[in-house]
Amino acid sequence: MASTGQATDLPEAVQQPAIKADPKWFVMGGVVSIVAWLALIPLFFLIYQSFRTPGTARKPAIWTLGNYFDAYSSSDTLVLFANSVEFAAGTAVLALVVGTALAWMTERTNTPLKPLFYALSIIPLIIPGILFVVSWIFLASPKIGLINLALQKILGTDKVYVDIYSMAGMIWVDGLHYAPIAFLLMTAAFRAMDPSLEESAMMSGASMWGIFRRITLKLAFPAVAASFLILFVRSIESFEVPALLGLPVGIQVFTSAIYDAIHSYPSNIGLAAAYAITLLVITMGGIYFQSRITAQGGKYSTVTGKGFRPRTIDLGRWKYLTAGIFVVYALLVVVLPFIVLLWSSLQKYYSVPSWEALQNVSLTAYKTVINYPSVGTAVWNSFLLSVGTATTVMLLTAVVCWIVLRTKIPGRWVLDQVASVPLVLPGLVMGLAIMVCYLSIGGGIYGSIWILFIAYVTRFLPYGMRYNTTSMVQLHKELEESAAMSGASWFTAFRKVVLPLLKPGLLAGWIYIVIVSVRELSSSILLYSPGTEVVSIVIWEMWQNGQYVELSAFGVMLIATLFVFVMTAQWLGKRFGVKES
Amino acid sequence: MLTVKGLNTEYPSLKGPPVKAAQDVAFEVPAGKFFTLLGPSGCGKTTTLRSIAGLERPVGGEISVNGRLVYSAEKKIFIPPNQRNFGMVFQSYAIWPHMTVFANAAFPLEVRKTKLSKKEIRDKVMRVLSAVALDQYAEREATRLSGGQQQRLALARALVMEPELLLLDEPLSNLDAKLRDRMRFELKRIQRELGLTTIYVTHDQGEALALSHEIAVMNEGRIVQVGAPRDIYDHPRTKFVADFIGTTNFIDGVALGQDSTSGRWNVRTPVGDLLVHTDQTLAANMRVTVSIRPEDVELLEEPAAANGYNLVSGLVDQKVFLGDMVDFQVKVDDYILLSRAHPSLRTPIGDRIYIRMNPEKCVAIPDTSPARAAA
Ligand SMILES: Nc1ncnc2c1ncn2[C@@H]1O[C@H](COP(=O)(O)OP(=O)(O)O)[C@@H](O)[C@H]1O
Ligand SMILES: [Mg+2]
Repeated sequence: MASTGQATDLPEAVQQPAIKADPKWFVMGGVVSIVAWLALIPLFFLIYQSFRTPGTARKPAIWTLGNYFDAYSSSDTLVLFANSVEFAAGTAVLALVVGTALAWMTERTNTPLKPLFYALSIIPLIIPGILFVVSWIFLASPKIGLINLALQKILGTDKVYVDIYSMAGMIWVDGLHYAPIAFLLMTAAFRAMDPSLEESAMMSGASMWGIFRRITLKLAFPAVAASFLILFVRSIESFEVPALLGLPVGIQVFTSAIYDAIHSYPSNIGLAAAYAITLLVITMGGIYFQSRITAQGGKYSTVTGKGFRPRTIDLGRWKYLTAGIFVVYALLVVVLPFIVLLWSSLQKYYSVPSWEALQNVSLTAYKTVINYPSVGTAVWNSFLLSVGTATTVMLLTAVVCWIVLRTKIPGRWVLDQVASVPLVLPGLVMGLAIMVCYLSIGGGIYGSIWILFIAYVTRFLPYGMRYNTTSMVQLHKELEESAAMSGASWFTAFRKVVLPLLKPGLLAGWIYIVIVSVRELSSSILLYSPGTEVVSIVIWEMWQNGQYVELSAFGVMLIATLFVFVMTAQWLGKRFGVKES
Repeated sequence: MLTVKGLNTEYPSLKGPPVKAAQDVAFEVPAGKFFTLLGPSGCGKTTTLRSIAGLERPVGGEISVNGRLVYSAEKKIFIPPNQRNFGMVFQSYAIWPHMTVFANAAFPLEVRKTKLSKKEIRDKVMRVLSAVALDQYAEREATRLSGGQQQRLALARALVMEPELLLLDEPLSNLDAKLRDRMRFELKRIQRELGLTTIYVTHDQGEALALSHEIAVMNEGRIVQVGAPRDIYDHPRTKFVADFIGTTNFIDGVALGQDSTSGRWNVRTPVGDLLVHTDQTLAANMRVTVSIRPEDVELLEEPAAANGYNLVSGLVDQKVFLGDMVDFQVKVDDYILLSRAHPSLRTPIGDRIYIRMNPEKCVAIPDTSPARAAA
């Protein structure tokens, strides 16, 4: 004990005289400034812009409350608000119900096909949101939707059975897409629960249903509520679904309204900023309550016994039903969407499956895509951006985490908070803030690929923080201290001891950020310009141009690439696991 | 009352063969008795208890309670745990944190098939809560109870259902030493007053000896000896049992022959020829280990007359003063014998000392005994 005490005191004693020249202060100072700049300055410009009139050559911008007045005086805003809440709450509920049921089945029952399901939960990493939405349009649009066509053929009517261009359709698509996140959140919650709490109810004579209702569900409540809020925030931030399914039929939510305000002529950035601030307040509220609930959930932790996984419930014949639910779910989120994309990618012109169409199967679309002018640029840009972003973020946050967890610098928790600020910023709001910021500052950043780089780094800072924190918490402080005791300088210790030990975690985080960067759409959509397209933008443009078969071919190739990448990541990062969260 | 026959329980393991956590476990517990499964951590006590509870599904054997089969591999009977009506206290207590003390205790009555009125439930619950001295905390949040109180609440919850069998899995292990001693008496009192057939699991030999009518000592998934506490302590049948329960001296030797009048065996050991007791069949020239407890190694400053006792002498090698007693290590030849003596004995280190051992307390264990585990 005594020697440990000395070891912790020692570095500080050494730090004192070295305070002027030590290179670590330059590194730390630099990192802190970069993080603060990235996370805070755009937000400042966004707020600033929301109080300014649009400036033109003739009329300079002036201070105004007009944007807020415009945003709140119109009755449309009420509809907008109601739509957003309905959409987000509906999505969250659907995702949560599906995710919880699936988590319970995999964690607590003997349902067959379980391993399949864990594999399924990483699918949303592989299928970018925009492709998922497009494939559901192929499936369930009133005109070309396969589900409608099939039902009409079977039943001999021309009635439209499902319409994806509706609030219900939006909730359906986004809810399915987020269900795996709910699944992962709830799986973690089930695992954290002491199984003897359920077993003692069993011994008390309670039925299976009674246990689920009176014990499991009640205990899981904090986790359920927290997950609901996370999903709510996620879906109120969603851009792809409202843009592709809502806008065509005039169902607007905040994200699509922001996009509309910017892309209307003349573009009204002040109004967009006012909407963005409102959205920001909502997401901040959601995340605030979520963190409160999570903190309170701590009181539910009791003395726990030995940590063996609970015995799973034998469902008897019912297990075929639960396995069936798995299969249906897999069909809905993976198989059907992928198959329709694959099908349409093999056509020359988009057509529904039929014998004739089957004759026309060709790889023309793939050839077109490969020779498509912007595709090469976009792939190269995406490659540069994702690798650059992932590397920058992981290194930057490694230092930040080290400062937060390992030093005694006063106010270091502020740094943690600042680095987490981007978490509450919806992608579109972030894009807008950065756009406003660098338009005002100038310097040629806007219009170059650097603006996308800045946006991605900012956006994914919190992910880097999370991966680094997880691995650094596991890295025992004494390992570093013994390096110091052996005479290593701070820099050498960090490079030779800390970094190598963090490597698996860093690698997992790096891969995750590469993947999310490749899929990024909602920030990029406001920041790209000709020549700086990225892959998601190309897909977006193809959709706008009605190039469905090319889009499908490109999508299939993208999914295949991401799949290989995720599999490699899983294999590499077994210890930390790369997963959506 | 409870009969367990040929019980085998396995856990599947990811790689390799399944873990055989309980193997051929068999015992009987008469009604109203307090039966303890005792053994080192990982020996399969919890597994055996959970198999009785129905929380694990065994792969072979038979369990019956009051003549009712609750599990039989042969007849393919498996009564689910929620229909067995056994009360169970978990090592972690498993108090539901989202309920009050009262709601926790009332739960078994509320979920049972035959519905009771609100008043009946209230009466029954308050009765058990006062039996465990928690009646004044009935409306408190269960999470705001101390460890000892949570333990008593877990017990109350198991008692309120008037179980046929009470199953306790190391219920005292999460309590601090003082509280543990108090709860030990409480448990014994409640068990005796209610006349509940109780199966108790512990790794603490002191607890087992103090509480039980009968103890089954387990090792590596098997029961190695069953008997009354005294019997197990005085007459261990294997080195493992002798070593696990209490402290003991082991002396290696070879059986010479049986004394026809007393029935005692004569064993040649490095400390001299000893007369020993045994319950097991020995044969001449068999290798045996003689086990003798330190408190049965009597120390004398003057040589004494034999009178049928074993006598040896040695030199005092080490002394450790423990307050109410002194531990002596006496070197006899190359053997160190541990003896527990009254503090009034003050023989200095290096002096000669005489040892007297009652043959009744020197227990010979044949080396062919199955337990190899004693280290
Ligand atoms: N759920 C489980 N899955 C796999 N192995 C288990 C499980 N529970 C217990 N075991 C193993 O079975 C053996 C007996 O465990 P247990 O009955 O809990 O021992 P005890 O209660 O005596 O400490 C141990 O080797 C333990 O590792
Ligand atoms: Mg145990």
